[in-house]
Amino acid sequence: MTLQINNLNFAYSKKPVLHDISVEGFKAGQLTALIGPNATGKSTFFKCVAGLLKFDETAITVGGQNAVDVGRAAWNRKVCYMPQAFSSSAALTVFDVILLARKNLSGWKVNDNDITEIAKVLEKVNISHLSETYVGDLSGGQQQMVSIAQTIVRDPALFLLDEPTSALDLRHQLQIMNIIRQESRERGILSIVALHDLNLAARFADHVVLMRQGRIVLSGSPHEVLSSPELAETYGVNIDIHETKDGVLTVAASL
Amino acid sequence: MMTDATQIQTPDTAALFRKRTKKRLLLLAAGFFILLFSVFLDVSWGPSDLTVWDVIRTIFHPYTEAEVGAATGGMSLAQVNVIVWDVRLPIAFMAVLVGAMLGVAGAEMQTILNNPLADPFTLGISSSAAFGASMAIVFQWQLVPDFNFFNLWNFHTGSILVTMNAFIMALVASVILYAFTKVRGVTAETMVLVGIAMMFTFNALLAMMQYGASETQLSQIVFWMMGSLSRATPNKILVCVIMLAIIVPYFVRRNWALTALRMGDDKAASLGVNVKRLRIEMLIGVSLLAATAVSFVGTVAFVGLVGPHIARMIVGEDQRYFLPLSAMASGLIMSATSIISKSITPGVIYPIGIITSLIGIPFFLSLILAVRRRSW
Repeated sequence: MTLQINNLNFAYSKKPVLHDISVEGFKAGQLTALIGPNATGKSTFFKCVAGLLKFDETAITVGGQNAVDVGRAAWNRKVCYMPQAFSSSAALTVFDVILLARKNLSGWKVNDNDITEIAKVLEKVNISHLSETYVGDLSGGQQQMVSIAQTIVRDPALFLLDEPTSALDLRHQLQIMNIIRQESRERGILSIVALHDLNLAARFADHVVLMRQGRIVLSGSPHEVLSSPELAETYGVNIDIHETKDGVLTVAASL
Repeated sequence: MMTDATQIQTPDTAALFRKRTKKRLLLLAAGFFILLFSVFLDVSWGPSDLTVWDVIRTIFHPYTEAEVGAATGGMSLAQVNVIVWDVRLPIAFMAVLVGAMLGVAGAEMQTILNNPLADPFTLGISSSAAFGASMAIVFQWQLVPDFNFFNLWNFHTGSILVTMNAFIMALVASVILYAFTKVRGVTAETMVLVGIAMMFTFNALLAMMQYGASETQLSQIVFWMMGSLSRATPNKILVCVIMLAIIVPYFVRRNWALTALRMGDDKAASLGVNVKRLRIEMLIGVSLLAATAVSFVGTVAFVGLVGPHIARMIVGEDQRYFLPLSAMASGLIMSATSIISKSITPGVIYPIGIITSLIGIPFFLSLILAVRRRSW
């Protein structure tokens, strides 16, 4: 299963946001970090791939099929998009909302399999103790953990995660990235994760894509992208790269 | 790998969920039986001295002509039939049906507008309906002309002029709202703002109408707006049943999508919900329900707001439980209203609009105090 994008262009009204985005060779089981400054079109890119915006849908294929071929409902099951941190005041328990994601609008009946799967995911993300709490009563970070649980409880071919670690403390950031990488590898899911923290990208990604003003500037291994001069230029900062003894890259930036 | 120093011992989440599901189902069943009891009480309660047994017997087995002829002394059996079947049952059913319609409409309005203050009337539906009714009362203007459809259906507004005008104007308000959202985008904010603007506009038009009305007309308008269940007829009940039978299953099919909408537009869209289309579909359904309810019994705004809140406090917002319980809670408020409206002063039936607020608010406030969990 691979993701291929050919010349994806998108504009809000008349304001172009994405220009000629082409991607190929993203493979199942790999984690790709999508990096770039704010307002560079990362979320728009995700929304296009997830099929939430109107554009030429034949530009994007997953496993050789596009959204027009497979139909909207099937595409929604194939592609699992997690928006940036949500905030909800709903009187729905954590278990309820994960069930909601699990059912993914299909069928009324909640069977035993659904319930045990959700219980497992709650445990995996370490939020079992919140299962009967209303989502409206959770902290921002807890809501984000719930969002992750909603994502991994589904059974897609493609994860699109928009800044999944933004509201989390250090420990939870590492936990979540670990879970995402592990799920991708074990279940053969192609993951694209938008990240602002370049250290997380360096540590967890198999592949890094750098975006700037709606275009893909660079695409390659973490080492290639993070040590390139384009990175510093794109962010407008000075960047120092270090490699630790165990081969992990660390990125330090200064103005 | 996923050890956490601060982790509390892991509860059996599956068991907790099953327990809660069972509890929710029991609560729905309890709601249903309380509602049934209330309807029965409503039918039994009234100024004429019917015993409970008389009522039960008449409901399940109306007196036949032979029995009516044979009976002597006291209230004639024919009168018992009339009181139970023609007066009390229609009112009791109408109360529950109108309550259910307003409850369902309110629940979905709060859901699609993501606003705890929304009810069917937030969008100006009650104001425009009242304006339509006053047009009929003051000027006898007829919004739907009489027509004869190939001699098959001879439509004559006649006695339902006020109802018909109210219904049409309520729909006009919805169409205007729909037009605005088409131009400006189908967001909750647009809908609320345009709805409130329309509410004030129609209120002003209504006030203008009242200003020019004669004293008799003015009292008619005021009386219409206070709401009354005594306008119930078997035909109106049939219309309510048909409306609910068409629209509620439609809402039920959108259960997951509506629940998802409470997680925010983006989140719902990521789960495959066509958010814009869902809002429009719901708007149409809600408008029809609210327009029917208001045109039949007048403006009883509070019910559509509070019923859903009560349901939310009890079962949360999973629409599989929330929608039926909203209908039941609002139906129960209306049914209790019907009982109380005739028991304050014997022989006098108070307008329901007044009673709903008087009994609903204390109950609602006590629930807010009793339920510790925040529900919005």
